Amino acid sequence: MTAPGIATVALVGNPNCGKTVLFNALTGGRQKVANYAGVTVERKEGLASLPSGRRLRILDLPGTYSLRARSPDEAITRDAVLGRLAGEPAPDVILCVADATNLGLVLRLALELKSTGLPMVFVLNMIDIAERQGIVIDVEALSRELGAPVTATVATRKRGLEALLELAAAQADRRAAAPPSGWREPTASEVRAAHRQARDLMRTAVRPPSRPDTLTGRLDSLLLHPVGGVAVLLGLLFLMFQAVFTWAAPAQDLIEAGFAALGVGAEAILPDGWMTGLVVDGLIAGVGSVLVFLPQILILFLFILLLEDSGYMARAAFLMDRIMGGAGLHGRAFIPLLSSFACAVPGIMSTRVIDSRRDRLTTILTAPLMTCSARIPVYTLIIGALIPNRTVGGVLSLQGLVMFSLYAAGILSALGVAFLIRKVFWRGGSEPFMMQLPDYKRPEPGNVLRNLGQKAWAFISRAGRIILPLMVLVWALSSWPAPPEGAEGPAIAYSAAGRLGHWLQPIFAPIGFSWEMVVALIPGMAAREVAVAALGAIYAVGGEEGALAGILARQWSLASGLAFLAWYVFAPQCIATLAVVRRETGGWLWPTVMFGYMLGLAYAAAFLVFQASRALGLS
Amino acid sequence: MSDHSAAKAPGPVYRLGDAHPGDRGVILEVRTSATGSSEAVDPAELELRLLEFGFVEGARVEVLHEGPLGGNPIAVKVDGMRVALRRGEAMNVILTPEAA
Ligand SMILES: Nc1nc2c(ncn2[C@@H]2O[C@H](COP(=O)(O)OP(=O)(O)OP(=O)(O)O)[C@@H](O)[C@H]2O)c(=O)[nH]1
Ligand SMILES: [Mg+2]
Repeated sequence: MTAPGIATVALVGNPNCGKTVLFNALTGGRQKVANYAGVTVERKEGLASLPSGRRLRILDLPGTYSLRARSPDEAITRDAVLGRLAGEPAPDVILCVADATNLGLVLRLALELKSTGLPMVFVLNMIDIAERQGIVIDVEALSRELGAPVTATVATRKRGLEALLELAAAQADRRAAAPPSGWREPTASEVRAAHRQARDLMRTAVRPPSRPDTLTGRLDSLLLHPVGGVAVLLGLLFLMFQAVFTWAAPAQDLIEAGFAALGVGAEAILPDGWMTGLVVDGLIAGVGSVLVFLPQILILFLFILLLEDSGYMARAAFLMDRIMGGAGLHGRAFIPLLSSFACAVPGIMSTRVIDSRRDRLTTILTAPLMTCSARIPVYTLIIGALIPNRTVGGVLSLQGLVMFSLYAAGILSALGVAFLIRKVFWRGGSEPFMMQLPDYKRPEPGNVLRNLGQKAWAFISRAGRIILPLMVLVWALSSWPAPPEGAEGPAIAYSAAGRLGHWLQPIFAPIGFSWEMVVALIPGMAAREVAVAALGAIYAVGGEEGALAGILARQWSLASGLAFLAWYVFAPQCIATLAVVRRETGGWLWPTVMFGYMLGLAYAAAFLVFQASRALGLS
Repeated sequence: MSDHSAAKAPGPVYRLGDAHPGDRGVILEVRTSATGSSEAVDPAELELRLLEFGFVEGARVEVLHEGPLGGNPIAVKVDGMRVALRRGEAMNVILTPEAA
């Protein structure tokens, strides 16, 4: 990619000004875009082509208010701009991207960027919104005062991109000899002086909006209202759960029927014998039992994407800040924790926006306690199988109530663990918390659909890459060795998996797990939903007929089922999460700590639930 | 329009950390040594962060909303940009009512 002669162009600017939309438009990339500050936390690169055939290497960087980086994501931007990244020189051109409706802070940043001595192009992005609001910008004056060419773009409509690339290429040619960077950390009085200069610039070059945006203000007076705002937040969460667990049902039935038909079809075509067993019991029953959950997971992601792209996320963080702070969590921990409802891996990566290392580690350690989408298959299956489908007090569904309490248990235990870490082990003052509240925008349908497609594909390909091979293994281990001549009892008890399960079962007896549950936990270490597939395969090999939920309803006691749910609230069963924690913390210490504490909590919770349910006589 | 709660902010000069929704003013001073809040960063660093976020002398500030529990954090508009911050940090920002 880094062929000599291709100039490097870095996108730098305040958070949420549209750098990543611009990057995607220029390079055909598919990086994540959303309407809150701190979406991009990594350096990404891609190639853009000019009509002349010339190419430019484009870098997308995390947003920042200054080169004096405070948090790990901002440090990436600083290092990239100053050429401090290993094996990478400073870029040839800086594209200073501005939200044209909000120029105050970015003009100061532009002055700071100029002190690096690198050629710059100043990009007035979101010019569509600025025009709608009647903001008039004197491009010539701005360009003269900044000493850099200025151009306008609408990144979301791909407007102004060609002119932008031409200017960037022209600036790249200007950079004959690499000038020594004149940048150093500005002092407070220098920042003040730069602000004054930026304000003068605003006065000469920008006429304030004649039709200022009033939508954001009006929406905020409801959504940030101390009572109304909280009510809306709770209502949205309620709606999300309702949607996930009721709207998905028809699509799920369809998928279930599809896999059942596939199984019947396969049985008809394939010759009798082990091949049929592998395909029907192992692959179709196993993978099918997980893929049924695709509709639920997509609905959950759809909600989160809409909240992210509308600008609501920062408002939810605002409303929740006091509760989070009470547990010792940093104000910027909210968005990482909320994204962990979808998946802890991006959640943990987005903790890079947190400046203090201790606060960041606390957030990383608690993020996997949020109920991620991979737990949905486990929870739904077991609740559907064991909790009676009736209402409590005439309105609330008992199954919904159990689901809700599992989510609540995750959230409360995350708050509890954070409290223990920050108020007992690592006491310290509170970090300053300042967060931009972006203007509301109508979510871009294209962006939302593209993201949703990526999520769907990720889920399906995971089923193919992880679940499918593991199912072959589970099926093989539970089919061989065959029972000896004249053996008593089911054949599966003599298989490798059966023996292993029986051998390990005493450890899990106090928490009420049967040997099948124990066996399912082992491949389930790779990813949570694999346990569902493994249960499907084990019971299918064991000769049980019908849908998995029905089998569990016959085989499991209520106490065991509840203990299994409690185990899953805490258990660290996800290799991807442990791997990302290792990468983000730079060693095995923290993943080990996480694994240990979550495993301990899982066993303790399952033990308490099992023993209490038995004492209460639930069976 | 200098109707802000004289009870909490005696005199025309008051701290952003004591302000309420509806209060407006111009920043007179950003000074981070006076408060004894339990900050994890030193005053010089906090001052820089406030400055970089637009809390700078001469900026216009309007308090828009306050959080549901204990009125914390607050949402303010600083020179046209909406920002949320906690009252502890806002104590370091000193406002004077805008000349009408
Ligand atoms: N109307 C309009 N919206 C835009 C434009 N460019 C970006 N947006 C929206 O602005 C929001 C932020 O875009 P991003 O590309 O994620 O911003 P970013 O600068 O990469 O943000 P960080 O990664 O957090 O620094 C998204 O909701 C975009 O849809 C534009 O030119 N016009
Ligand atoms: Mg970005």
